[in-house]
Amino acid sequence: MSGVHVTTTINGDEVDFVCPADETLLDALRNRLGLTGAKEGCGTGDCGACSVILDGRLVCSCLVLGAEAQGRKIETIEGMADGEKLHPLQRLFISHAALQCGICTPGFLIAAKNLLEMNPDPTEEEIRFGLAGNLCRCTGYDKIVRAVQAAAKEMRGA
Amino acid sequence: MRYEAPVSVKEASALLAKERGASFVLAGGTDLLVRMKGGFIEPDLVVDIKRIKPMGEVKKSASGFEIGAAVPCCKLGENSALKKAWPGVVEAANLIGSKQVQGRCTIVGNLCNASPAADSVPALVAAGAKVVIQGPRKKRTIPVEQVPVAPGRTSLAKGEIITAIQLPKRNPRSADAYLRFIPRSEMDIAVVSAGINLTLDSKGVVTAARVSLGAVAPTVLLVDAAAKAIIGTKLDDKALADLAAACSAACRPIDDKRGTIEFRQKVAGVLARRAAKIAYQRAGGK
Ligand SMILES: Cc1cc2nc3c(=O)[nH]c(=O)nc-3n(C[C@H](O)[C@H](O)[C@H](O)COP(=O)(O)OP(=O)(O)OC[C@H]3O[C@@H](n4cnc5c(N)ncnc54)[C@H](O)[C@@H]3O)c2cc1C
Ligand code: FES
Ligand code: FES
Repeated sequence: MSGVHVTTTINGDEVDFVCPADETLLDALRNRLGLTGAKEGCGTGDCGACSVILDGRLVCSCLVLGAEAQGRKIETIEGMADGEKLHPLQRLFISHAALQCGICTPGFLIAAKNLLEMNPDPTEEEIRFGLAGNLCRCTGYDKIVRAVQAAAKEMRGA
Repeated sequence: MRYEAPVSVKEASALLAKERGASFVLAGGTDLLVRMKGGFIEPDLVVDIKRIKPMGEVKKSASGFEIGAAVPCCKLGENSALKKAWPGVVEAANLIGSKQVQGRCTIVGNLCNASPAADSVPALVAAGAKVVIQGPRKKRTIPVEQVPVAPGRTSLAKGEIITAIQLPKRNPRSADAYLRFIPRSEMDIAVVSAGINLTLDSKGVVTAARVSLGAVAPTVLLVDAAAKAIIGTKLDDKALADLAAACSAACRPIDDKRGTIEFRQKVAGVLARRAAKIAYQRAGGK
């Protein structure tokens, strides 16, 4: 394989990998780096299951080339908890039953984290629009929205 | 496939010009990667322009704004000066896709993908925007509406890259607006869309206007008759009705599952009328 050699920072750690030039960041994360939290739902940017944060911006890793990650900073779901201690969003997703099968959950958590970083006090409408790029076929979205509202409240208070 | 990420436009253009196989510019990749993965294109070379510094900047000068071709749409919405001067262009750019797509997609990618339904394109045409093109040997500047020539096809020659979009200087009492019709509330492709840009005099009379329509013809339409219908008026009911009629008459839409010909013709007029009212208000008209 004549690949591209990529050095990048993922969840604060410097990593390198070699991948074909047309391989997506999602495939590199999952198949080369063992970071299988980001999921492939559609592969075409529609479902958000593959969401990661790239240099502070929420993106679909299925529409980013692995090669583009050179020298960038990436945050994935694997970096969200602090050791054993869950992020408030993670904890409140569980207590609000904001997930059923769970395939969409890493994407929703990363998207919600990015949303709250940009806007710590979003309205319900802002949450719904902010998460419109994430699809869930189980929950009906309501419990997800409630969990994000609860996390926003807790994180503002803390 | 080879992936290159040059740091200068010259280098990028030379790489594209030299490649014998299929070569593509990569901006946000939200169209390009979808097409690659769907097997619609098989690039031999992809040239990523995001490492070219000036292409990642929005510059304001005496002659207007210059938006680098690699600036993701989310950054347009965060630029308050740009939003104030060109609210219609910014609202159109920010309608593209989701938060995830906004973090990557560019207005130049939207233009070069040459979809008849591209959201930012009617707004750019109404704004009178120009594109700066760097080729292997020379640089040229053309109006936005001359870039798409047919669905999926542009007038760019091999090795040519759009480096930036230029928005003209704003006159006082000027504003723009963009509206699209989609059956959902977000994340959908325009069935019809309309962009309006106008300037008023101190009495609220429209002195200049540009009206554009998307998704009703193979490429974006600039409708002179619609602009004429509102110039010299205060956007009274008669002027708005004439505007709507001119827009409906200009449409050359297709019939498909997203909308019939009749529906698109009618809605083009409705959206133009509503967008004109929004632009009029933004420009300070009452
Ligand atoms: C989930 C999803 C939702 C979407 N929703 C919308 C929507 O609501 N409205 C809409 O209009 N579009 C939508 N799109 C389409 C797409 O996001 C837009 O067209 C976007 O603006 C493309 O920009 P990009 O930077 O990602 O382009 P890219 O994919 O990088 O490029 C697109 C094309 O333009 C060429 N190109 C790019 N930059 C240049 C340049 N500087 N010079 C020469 N050629 C260039 C590329 O080679 C390629 O052929 C959506 C896409 C997805 C995946
Ligand atoms: S897998 Fe990336 S958006 Fe669906
Ligand atoms: S929990 Fe199953 S898709 Fe969201």
